Amino acid sequence: MEHLPNFLLSLALGGYVFGSFCGLLCLRHEKAANGLAFGLASASALTGIGAALAFLLGGSATQTVSFNLLPPLIPYVQFAVRLDALGAFFVLVLSVVALAISIFSLGYVRGFYGRKSVGVLGAFYNALLLATTLVFTAGNAFFFLIAWEIMALTAYCLVSFEHEKDETRRAGVLYFVMSHIGTGCIMLGFLLLFQAFGQASGDYGPAAYSFENFHSLGEKMAAGPRNAAFLLFLVGFGVKAGIVPLHPWLPAAHPVAPSNVSAFLSGVLIKTGIYGMTRVFFDFLGAPPMWWGATVLSVGTVSAVLGVLYALMQHDLKRLLAYHSIENIGIILMGFGASLLFLHSGHPLLATLALVAGLYHTINHAMFKALLFLGAGAVLHATHTRDMEHLGGLAKRMPKTAFFFLIGAVAISALPPLNGFVSEWLTYQSLLQGFGTTTSLFRLMFPLSGAMLALTGALAAACFVKAFGITFLAQPRSDHAAHAHEASPTMLVGQGILTAVCVFLGLFPTLFLRLLDPVTSQLTSHEISNQLSTANGLVLSGGVPDGGTVWTLGIAVLGVCLLAVPFLFWLFFARGSKVRIGPTWDCGLKGLTPKMEYTATGFSKPIRMIFKALFRPRREVQREYDYSPYFTKTLRFEAHVEEVFETRIYRPLNRMVLRLSRRMRALQAGSIQAYLIYIFITLLLLLLFAL
Amino acid sequence: MNLDLIAIVLQTVLLLVLAPLVSGCIKNWKAKLQNRRGPRIWQPYFDIVKFLRKDMVISEHASWVFSAAPYVVFISSLLVGLMVPMLTTQAPLSLFGGALAVIGLLALGRFFLALGGLDPASAFGGMGSSREMTIAAIAEPALMLAIFTVAITAGSTDLSHIVAVGQGPTWKLLNPAHLMAFAALFIVLLAETGRIPVDNPATHLELTMIHEAMLLEYSGRYLAFMEWGASIKQLMLMTLLVNIFLPVGLAADSSMASLGLALGVFLFKIVVLSGAVVVVETVNAKLRLFRVPDLLSAAFVLATLALLSTFLFQ
Repeated sequence: MEHLPNFLLSLALGGYVFGSFCGLLCLRHEKAANGLAFGLASASALTGIGAALAFLLGGSATQTVSFNLLPPLIPYVQFAVRLDALGAFFVLVLSVVALAISIFSLGYVRGFYGRKSVGVLGAFYNALLLATTLVFTAGNAFFFLIAWEIMALTAYCLVSFEHEKDETRRAGVLYFVMSHIGTGCIMLGFLLLFQAFGQASGDYGPAAYSFENFHSLGEKMAAGPRNAAFLLFLVGFGVKAGIVPLHPWLPAAHPVAPSNVSAFLSGVLIKTGIYGMTRVFFDFLGAPPMWWGATVLSVGTVSAVLGVLYALMQHDLKRLLAYHSIENIGIILMGFGASLLFLHSGHPLLATLALVAGLYHTINHAMFKALLFLGAGAVLHATHTRDMEHLGGLAKRMPKTAFFFLIGAVAISALPPLNGFVSEWLTYQSLLQGFGTTTSLFRLMFPLSGAMLALTGALAAACFVKAFGITFLAQPRSDHAAHAHEASPTMLVGQGILTAVCVFLGLFPTLFLRLLDPVTSQLTSHEISNQLSTANGLVLSGGVPDGGTVWTLGIAVLGVCLLAVPFLFWLFFARGSKVRIGPTWDCGLKGLTPKMEYTATGFSKPIRMIFKALFRPRREVQREYDYSPYFTKTLRFEAHVEEVFETRIYRPLNRMVLRLSRRMRALQAGSIQAYLIYIFITLLLLLLFAL
Repeated sequence: MNLDLIAIVLQTVLLLVLAPLVSGCIKNWKAKLQNRRGPRIWQPYFDIVKFLRKDMVISEHASWVFSAAPYVVFISSLLVGLMVPMLTTQAPLSLFGGALAVIGLLALGRFFLALGGLDPASAFGGMGSSREMTIAAIAEPALMLAIFTVAITAGSTDLSHIVAVGQGPTWKLLNPAHLMAFAALFIVLLAETGRIPVDNPATHLELTMIHEAMLLEYSGRYLAFMEWGASIKQLMLMTLLVNIFLPVGLAADSSMASLGLALGVFLFKIVVLSGAVVVVETVNAKLRLFRVPDLLSAAFVLATLALLSTFLFQ
């Protein structure tokens, strides 16, 4: 039995490799490439789920499964795969999402037939799944970085898949550059850890890079390098996760990728940043000082609020979803930040609760965000546009997709009884109980973050009323939308799987929390699923006696039972009444046209006005009229919102770098004599330095 | 786990009966205060029965979401009603969720209400939805902070537990934190129930309307459930306000005498609060939409001060 996770994991990895080759081998046979690559990916994902579940449900928590993937080809580098509880949890997240996306892709990539090479897409897709799985299971820093780079490169290739578009190429390059800034920080961080282990044990061999030896290494480190490592990892993994202000690549890159890839990027890829932070902050760096937790909590809060505010301003459906990823990463980090603060103040149980809240939101976000991106993909597939101002009326034309999207929208808006509500409930509980953990003024951070989380939740609900309402309801705003068709069966199955998982995670949280026990016992040496359930394990509780409970299944079931009330009133009063379909009231005009509907931009106008200090909205109106401004002949309207981080930070930075490089160019004059002098001066300096 | 079915049924009936009456009273008293005769206080019952009997006209553009919305709004209001302690310290559904679930369920109802407003493709509905979601978004932090202030003092988000602590000896009625949180919640109440100065419940077909704009295309029994759900929501927010901050007179057991007394005290508290709402509605004019954030940020500041004072006066 103990070899089962091991075996299944190898099978999954092998399947991805095989799928990748199949994609490349069938370059000329689109159908075969599609079936083989995505079919194998589905099968591998299924075995991946099996491996993760077998590990998390069987065996004790401290036990890890490890084996060498390849013989050590390069001295010093061992391709060691090591599955521990944390890794297994993330492999589970990855595999469930990958299963749904791979099935969805079987239908979705048919849209590329004759246009793009499906084989290449399938090959890179499988390679990305492989690399991401390896990121979660790498056993040492070297192998981790190799997997991390393969993941970044394959993701870059997939983002630039439709490279004939200008927008796509720009987004791809932006992603590539920012991703590598992050990787640089991570490398430096690992070097600090490596140095610390070497100094502590005198061993600078391959063992100094292994994750097993990094465990609780922080306690042996001096404060300086330890804090430096924290910051480097926060920035490095923060870029991947898309925290504010390191986020601009995310809303640029995610929308332009093919939708199945976007779903994976937003659902899983940014979670590698979360994985890295969990791994480093909770496993490696040891007991945290106060300011770490405060920093992570503030970064999380700012990311959550700004993410959702910018999301509201988007009318590109996929871009809107991408900004929501920033928001949700923020919510996850709020849990982690609170957890670090509790670890500092010596409340391991509360730390575990907050960590569980963060991890729960991690899997929840993976599920509903992938679901929403798949829905957006189905819409894009059917209407060929991502612009919400050209959509509308799809609920009648694609009822099943609309239903799945609605479930995803309710879940991401943290509305009961679905999964987003459960994890935010846990976050609220940990923030609420945080107030009593210290007596310093710092404790006001907890309720204020809670209030910001409430703002985030309410704005997210507003945003998804807009996203769902404008896209799926009312009249179609263009011919494309009017002639939309329902998605193909495989696409619906993919969405259905994720919908089912969202509902399960929402209604049965106490069952799922058991899976997190091995993870928390590895990271904070506490298991909390028993404390978090009361009433025969049915009801989710806040972890402390009388702290509050919530029973989502009960809410759902009783909600259905209460339908008896309207039914009774119908029975007694309304049985004789008839239903007539009629036109919407049009104020006596000659009928409503789609142009009279509320637009996505109009919907978010009040919020744009209220937060105008942030958005700096600019609008331009040009009218042409003959006699009076009330009788306009033509009207041109243009509205913009400033992306503060791009215009205020990144563009000046970019200009500075360019200016600096131009100065540097003077050095490289092209004359041999000058170069010889440089070499000579360098030599002299080195000699002086050596003396 | 023991679910008290009788309590659930009784509280459901009480909610269904009492909610329209409160709306009727507010409407009647407001008219009296403005030297009008106004509708009878029973008028909302007649309205609901009339709406239930009427035929429905559904917009040709609307989808199934339009038909689902009234039920979601109605049921979520009822569920909220069963989670808030009304007459007894123990709410029938206190196990199902506390303050956070209440806020979540109200948001669920609002979510579908706004979708129902967008669905018939009318510009009025979209406008109402957009404004409703905006105002809710800026009211939510104040609501959450005010609830947090009480929850921190009681050490729980469970409303029944909060009320129980409130009846205990450690609770100070005139605690400045609670007074400020009460004021903040009162402003949120005005915003959430669509009262002047945020929204005008008496308006129809004006460009200022919010809640009514979303209901414009609803008719027949859908309209009945929407209106009924809204009045239950209003009653629940008022109950939350009076029972959390003034937890006097709630029955600790289920004997007829104590329940009767509790009902009397509860009605008295609701009457006083409704009176306050009537006075506020009469002496104020409706604010311009973009002045509403000022009012709600005042609520947020009040709630923050409430929180600060729990920190200072502990």
